Amino acid sequence: MNYLDFEKPIEDLIEKLDQAIQLGKEGDVDVSTTLEGLEKKIKKTRKEIYENLSPWQKVQMSRHPQRPYTLDYINELTKGDFVELHGDRNVKDDKAMVGGWGTIDGETVMFIGQQKGRNTKQRQYRNFGMANPEGYRKALRLMKMAEKFGKPVVSLIDTPGAFPGLEAEERGQGEAIARNLIEMTKLKVPIICVIIGEGASGGALGIGIGDKVLMMENSWYSVISPENCSTILWKSWEFKEKAATALKLTSEDMMKNKLIDGVIKEPLGGAHTFPNQCYKNVKKAIKDSIAECQSLTAEKLVKIRMDKFSNMGVYNE
Amino acid sequence: MGWFKRIKKGVTTETNQKKETPEGLWYKCPKCKTVITTDEHHNQLYVCYNCNHHHRINSKEYFEILFDKNKFTELNPSMTSKDPLQFEDRKKYTERLIDIQKKTGLKDAVTTAYGTINKQNAVIACFNFNFIGGSMGSVVGEKIARAIDYAKETKTPFIIISKSGGARMMEASFSLMQLAKTSAKLAQLSNEGVPYFSILTDPTTGGITASFAMLGDLNIGEPNALIGFAGPRVVKETIGKDLPKGFQTAEFVQEHGFLDMIVDRKNLKEKIAQLIRMYKS
Repeated sequence: MNYLDFEKPIEDLIEKLDQAIQLGKEGDVDVSTTLEGLEKKIKKTRKEIYENLSPWQKVQMSRHPQRPYTLDYINELTKGDFVELHGDRNVKDDKAMVGGWGTIDGETVMFIGQQKGRNTKQRQYRNFGMANPEGYRKALRLMKMAEKFGKPVVSLIDTPGAFPGLEAEERGQGEAIARNLIEMTKLKVPIICVIIGEGASGGALGIGIGDKVLMMENSWYSVISPENCSTILWKSWEFKEKAATALKLTSEDMMKNKLIDGVIKEPLGGAHTFPNQCYKNVKKAIKDSIAECQSLTAEKLVKIRMDKFSNMGVYNE
Repeated sequence: MGWFKRIKKGVTTETNQKKETPEGLWYKCPKCKTVITTDEHHNQLYVCYNCNHHHRINSKEYFEILFDKNKFTELNPSMTSKDPLQFEDRKKYTERLIDIQKKTGLKDAVTTAYGTINKQNAVIACFNFNFIGGSMGSVVGEKIARAIDYAKETKTPFIIISKSGGARMMEASFSLMQLAKTSAKLAQLSNEGVPYFSILTDPTTGGITASFAMLGDLNIGEPNALIGFAGPRVVKETIGKDLPKGFQTAEFVQEHGFLDMIVDRKNLKEKIAQLIRMYKS
């Protein structure tokens, strides 16, 4: 188990619990009351910590190394009935962006999403979930195919940003994202987006235009990461916590500002603590959203989607 | 041996002590250091006659260059930014806005207007870079959206002159959603068959490049303009070595296939008028 800095009190208690259990096994000491007390205390501490997470702590949760990633969700949602598709048909296959046909309870959908890695090797292979232009173009190719065959698109978003590399610039990172934005606004099939972890700026939005845009409870979505925001506005890396608060990037704030359509509950302690509960919640949210969208004609669907994004913004006349 | 010797090395004046040359007299090209009178600079359309450096200018100057006799009608001239997130970094966003409005005399980072270019109707949305780096918040998004609506209803060719660092951080997610909003509006314009020309000037980066700036029926660059998604400093940090010469210039971006043409400012009016005519007839 990996513990984040603010989970230290829980970690200490669990350590004590383990020691007590060990002690009980070894000697004749009766530890049952101690165990009971500790378990109660753990429960209470967990509740206190997890119900009062600060925006920065939620950002940490969204990046938890054991958090379910895109392919974990896909495999669980489709019960393995998933065929991954590769390549943008122009340059190469971007490993940071995955996609393919899968079924959810017998209904075929097109999955797309950024994929992160769990260990150093995988992280490099997946480029830390930072897609290149060919990733966005692969996603667009798959979405266009979904449109052709009248299947809904499910987009799972988890990225620290679009990759800011040299070749990415040469191959038009900006154009690739821009193209997705305009094409996704007018795609004639339902698009359901779920921010499952990090939703950083254009890199997230590049596959984030949907009829329903949902956020996991402990995910974040904003125009910039708190660290980079701190560097630019405070001229130092140190103010990331302040920046996280200022950016109003949590699911709760995003919902309050009407910039997303819903929040998916996570188990207490985060998605990684009881992933099965999490998959269940996500599956239900996606199925409900698809059903709602499918009750509309394609024309109406696109109009509502365009109007929704057109109405975002706050200004004085 | 010179007669005078510098005792201390480098520039010793602190930035806040720096004295600017009084405006209204001379202009010194930041690139080749050629000095000319500001009147002459104005006549040259703010382009250095020596090295062709295109000086950064705002909507006021672009409108003067493009619209016939500098006559145009501004759309939504009084729209101003709100502070939906009560954003505060080292300074409150509301204070920042008041200060920059006073300093520039502008309401926000984009000005939209319609008029004629060589007698042909056009709607232009032009960025003001000196208003918080031409950054796009809700006002920029909404003004562009309404300018597109106007162009769509009147079937008038639409032009955006981009000059911006990207999305405005102080409106965070609201800014981000302006990328989606303007793209949705451009999709509607496209459905009506109204041409859209995107003019990318120095600089055009971040969320601007990742939305409308790259979505023109024609993408037109100004010479040597910085155009990119990630800023050069970020790319340099990512790859951990120096960037090749000319990286992310308009010429580089054209070479890689993302600009239709690069047009000198002095030819811009003529070229746009020609293109509008071609799309019409």
